[in-house]
Amino acid sequence: MSFREEHELHKRRFGRNLGLGIVLAGFVALVFGLTIAKVSNENFVVPTQVTQQGGN
Amino acid sequence: MSDASLNSASTTQSGEAGFGDFFALLKPRVMTLVVFTALVGLLAAPVAVHPVVGLAAILFIAVGGGASGALNMWWESDIDAKMKRTARRPIPAGKVTREEAFAFGITLAVFSVVMMWLATNALAAGLLAFTIFFYVVIYTIGLKRWTPQNIVIGGAAGAFPPMIGWAAATGSVSIESLLMFALIFLWTPPHFWALALFMRGDYDNAGVPMLTVTHGRRATRVHILAYTVILAVMAVGAAFTQIGGPVYLVTALVFNALFLRDAVAIWRRDEVMAEADNFKVEKRAFRLSLWYLFAHFTAILAEAALRGFGMAGWA
Repeated sequence: MSFREEHELHKRRFGRNLGLGIVLAGFVALVFGLTIAKVSNENFVVPTQVTQQGGN
Repeated sequence: MSDASLNSASTTQSGEAGFGDFFALLKPRVMTLVVFTALVGLLAAPVAVHPVVGLAAILFIAVGGGASGALNMWWESDIDAKMKRTARRPIPAGKVTREEAFAFGITLAVFSVVMMWLATNALAAGLLAFTIFFYVVIYTIGLKRWTPQNIVIGGAAGAFPPMIGWAAATGSVSIESLLMFALIFLWTPPHFWALALFMRGDYDNAGVPMLTVTHGRRATRVHILAYTVILAVMAVGAAFTQIGGPVYLVTALVFNALFLRDAVAIWRRDEVMAEADNFKVEKRAFRLSLWYLFAHFTAILAEAALRGFGMAGWA
């Protein structure tokens, strides 16, 4: 039994999906890093505390 | 297109675009200039930025710039197909459809602005949104095909990235960020008109009203000199602001002297002289202009780095 040779389109489609996957993984990592950076900032205030302070 | 129709081997690309085709829509070469100048704007600002926030800001400025490029290619695919320089771009080459390019560009434009806002501040996001709007709507769709000042208007769009980088760090616009804007804005016309003097034909075929065609080559030479003189005054003057210092001043004096020398030489030449040496001076001025911008922004970056060691500026 022989497998049919992969068409150029399938290689291109795989490359596109792989590229998109890497970009999305990078985006997730960036958002995670941004979250850590912002939460670690000494000026960071948890929003619920702001609400409670505003209501008092 | 069904997979069944693909069994016949074909050397030309049809159907689905590859990752590289979409990446090419972002005009990666233009993006390098955007990234570099935005980075300098961010690092030259007097406010320190968390490295991750800085990285995100530069990335989203690059994505926004890339989105502008994709939308530019969507609108100009008819022109691109007529010019040798642009005929191999993804749309005229048949790799990406106009609809795909439009959807890709709009999505990335909205994404970059929203993410810029979340990562930095509203002013930086607003400036990024305005830059995309200015480049796509005002320049590409509105004025490029109607006025020979298209290069000047397009230059304004390319001049925003350092302002956005600065705004991302400081949350404000200042004289220093406006000077960085002016540096690119005033540099663009002599840079592109020098190119237009020795790259004849393409724009004529596409019907884009370049100054060389509408007002003649003599007028273009005069315009190059006029812009270079104004640029030199502004570029050297910037040495005495917060982004300047001795390193920047020496760089500005050297490169503006060289650029002025070439601009004067271009102004003094006529077409017979230029054709006799195959546009040697015009080509030299174009090459120098590339180094000119790189040198000025590198000097601003050097001053910012020295400031970190308490050695920068005139203090």
